[in-house]
Amino acid sequence: MNSPRDTPHLAPLGDVTPDQQHIGVAHPRAGAHRLTQGRGQFVDDIELPRMAHVVYWRSPVAHARIGRVDSSVARDMPGVVGVFTGHDVARLCKPWVGTLAHLAGIKSAPEYPLALDRAHWQGEPVVAIVAETRVQAEDALQHLVVEWQDLPAVLDTETALAFATPLIHPELGDNLCFERRLDTGGVDEAFANAAAVFEETYRFARHTGVTLEPRCQIADWRAGRERAEGHLTVYHSQQAPHMMHDLYCRQFELQESQVRVICRDVGGSFGIKVHAYPDDFATVAVSMLAGRPVKFVADRLESFVSDIHAREHRITARIAADANGDITAFEIDDLTGIGPFSMFPRTSGIEGNQVVNLTGGPYKHKHYRAQLKVVFQNKVPTCQYRGVGHPIACAVTEALVDGLAQKLGVDPLALRERNVIPDDAYPATGASGIKLEVLSHQACLQRMRVLCDYEALRAEQATLRAKGVYRGIGIATLIELTNPSAAFYGVGGARIASQDGATLRLEPSGVITVLSSVGEQGQGTEAIYAQIAADAVGVALDRVRVVTGDTDATPYGGGTWASRGAGIGGEAVLQAGLALRENLLKTAAVILKREGDDALAGLLLRRGSVIDAATGAELLPLAELGRIAYFRSDTLPKGFTPELMVTRHYAQRDYPFIFTNGVQVSHVEVDTETGFVKLLGHWAVEDCGRVINPMLVDEQIRGAIVQGIGGALFEECLYDEHGTLRNGSLADYLVPMAAEMPDIVVAHVQTPTASSALGAKGAGEAGTAGAPAAVMNAINDALAPFGTRVASQPITPEKILRALKKL
Amino acid sequence: MSEPVPRHTIRVEVNGEALTRAVEPRRHLVDFLREDCGLKGSHLGCEHGVCGACTVRLDGEIVRGCLVLAVQADGGRVETVETRQPSARLRALQDAFVARNALQCGYCTPGMLMAALELVERAPEADREQVRTWIAGNYCRCTGYHAIVDAVCDVLAAQRRGAFEKLPQEAA
Repeated sequence: MNSPRDTPHLAPLGDVTPDQQHIGVAHPRAGAHRLTQGRGQFVDDIELPRMAHVVYWRSPVAHARIGRVDSSVARDMPGVVGVFTGHDVARLCKPWVGTLAHLAGIKSAPEYPLALDRAHWQGEPVVAIVAETRVQAEDALQHLVVEWQDLPAVLDTETALAFATPLIHPELGDNLCFERRLDTGGVDEAFANAAAVFEETYRFARHTGVTLEPRCQIADWRAGRERAEGHLTVYHSQQAPHMMHDLYCRQFELQESQVRVICRDVGGSFGIKVHAYPDDFATVAVSMLAGRPVKFVADRLESFVSDIHAREHRITARIAADANGDITAFEIDDLTGIGPFSMFPRTSGIEGNQVVNLTGGPYKHKHYRAQLKVVFQNKVPTCQYRGVGHPIACAVTEALVDGLAQKLGVDPLALRERNVIPDDAYPATGASGIKLEVLSHQACLQRMRVLCDYEALRAEQATLRAKGVYRGIGIATLIELTNPSAAFYGVGGARIASQDGATLRLEPSGVITVLSSVGEQGQGTEAIYAQIAADAVGVALDRVRVVTGDTDATPYGGGTWASRGAGIGGEAVLQAGLALRENLLKTAAVILKREGDDALAGLLLRRGSVIDAATGAELLPLAELGRIAYFRSDTLPKGFTPELMVTRHYAQRDYPFIFTNGVQVSHVEVDTETGFVKLLGHWAVEDCGRVINPMLVDEQIRGAIVQGIGGALFEECLYDEHGTLRNGSLADYLVPMAAEMPDIVVAHVQTPTASSALGAKGAGEAGTAGAPAAVMNAINDALAPFGTRVASQPITPEKILRALKKL
Repeated sequence: MSEPVPRHTIRVEVNGEALTRAVEPRRHLVDFLREDCGLKGSHLGCEHGVCGACTVRLDGEIVRGCLVLAVQADGGRVETVETRQPSARLRALQDAFVARNALQCGYCTPGMLMAALELVERAPEADREQVRTWIAGNYCRCTGYHAIVDAVCDVLAAQRRGAFEKLPQEAA
């Protein structure tokens, strides 16, 4: 159950602040009330004076040469402000290439806000129509005539690199975006000497994020007499406002003082809203061309063909073990398709790269070989979506471990207990070279065994099997990369900040205002920052307000990605709060005329007041301190200035990433007549270090698990042989709904990271990382009596019936 | 080139307020609420009747606001979560959603609450499974649904304990 009173008691960790009251407590989010009253402010809710609306004519086919654009009729339609082509927009906005220096050899082609002469995927924006209202723009769109000539489309990743396949970007010489090989050595020997080897080929379909609020933006360019006097404000549903601020400056050749990015309520993000899309830049450009604020809101149909997709991997993989049941080696060969361009600025090489880094991650084998090929194709570009490679690496790893367990005739939970890197072996280095600070696989497996009552599930399974009911239990051990250092993007030349900042300010009434560079997309970021700030300074929770999502107001930082909001942004808030507390006490000592070396030691800040450390007597409420400091500076000694606003930044620099770990168990029943899978239960034991708010963490994990289940069972972007998306509507593209989802039991093991004082690691993606593995393993466990397996996600009833040879 | 589409004048009671607006016949109810009435609390997630984010009440029945035309609401009564005088049950649901963290981004929440309100009113004996089925017409991409089910079950339990019994009909 998800409530403060039902959240299982967490083993206490040492406090990180004096008089800690809020960190670790399941406080409801104060900021959520207005959202239940319809008083959010999402981008589409904002109306500006003279605001116009843009709609895009998008390529209706996968690959086409763009011919004549006849806008004569459209221009005369009621309310139309202007019709703009790629060439109009390219005069204002520079093209970009989505590569990173540390992904050696990655290549892509220049990409423009609107396609110039060629469209590379169905959905690529080509022409912008701006009108007084959205309705008028859509009406005019019907009368735009664009001539195009079909070009051959590259769709199949298996043949993308074949000699006979046309090149999407002839200047690149081939359709290969990126490749990587990793070999520890000793792999062939390990397989040759193995007592058991299990090999299988896995397929992961394309899916997409389906944020319920589509991507949307208002660009408001106010021209000056000269361009240097102009100012751009962008209201954006985005996870990384400072990154977009920087990109608008660079692509439009503006300086930072000319640009402001504002992110208010964001209706779901999941990685979909951390990328720079062509239409982001096009909307800014048409605001400049039209001389008016312009709003763009993707409709659901264009979301499916313009939001990034993810996954689409084919992985052949094998695992070896010796006669003792010790895993000795993993090997994978990953082929993935990313669409016609590597996305900007994070690149589309990262997901495959992560699969290489993460496969086999929980285990102590020494031998590992991986090959990765990332190829171009004429489909929607793919990029980082929740989990980024983790769901794939975890599903492959854990399916192999289960397959191995079957070959060895041992219990899959026992095989994991035997092979995970032991809890006392950290810091450790995984076979792929990943540095692991401290994990708790053994503690989590032990906890899971009890939590899901593993023995009872197995006993019930055996009983029911005899009656022709096929239930399966699937286990997934996982690691998740969180709190990234600059190793993720910065070292590769991307202007993506791995550091974040927090500013804490005392208001005259004693309220604490927190300004953070990490924003809120529903995870509860602002809520946990309030909890941390309240404890760090020493005030009540309702005396803290948090401001995020405005590049004019907040410190500079990376924003929300790679499960870093709590660990990075939270540490900045903690450090700023502790520093502000120190300054408040210094100011109090001056006001109270306490002198000498131990003046500060004699004072404490408790729940909004400065008190005497010896007697506990209240000496100075913060409201009085604020009044004197701000309004009666005449009463303070010369030479003393109260510093009641403090900024601290934090970047994690001890490890490339701070890994977390966890275990999930899925319990399913497979109807062998229909192929339907019923999810009976799902359990997660998660170690994200210090838990700041257990209720918020639990629902983060549950939501992530359900997104992972979506990919495992339902979600797939289906293309026809011409490269046209066949199911680009919510009626046809299936996302998990309440009725099919199980209750999800979440428990925690807390192993704080020593890289920060707060000790928090990320928690936002582990659910998505483990769920596809757990569910696939559970289905295969249910199918075990039939001697068949499924290894292609989404695992549809049809695939199950085919595996059972009933189709 | 094309003539402006003729507008129809409609009268709709929205959250207790009588409003008269001239609308195009093709205007759907949520665009009417958002664009013509300034009520931004009902959200559009798909505009083809699947996601449920635009769920509002029309004459006491929940509807997909994107599948009802504004002219169909002429003479009718529309209720959304923005009502300034929420019923005790709606208020309880709003509070339970916050207490249980049954929302993250909040985009689906207004529609989800309207669907849940109808459940609380019409299926007071609903169990956890039935709550899941009832709200299966409303997508939430953030929470995983578990907390939403918790919140609705809390309000159902409170109702069964008599929490709303002593209230006058209009307040409940």
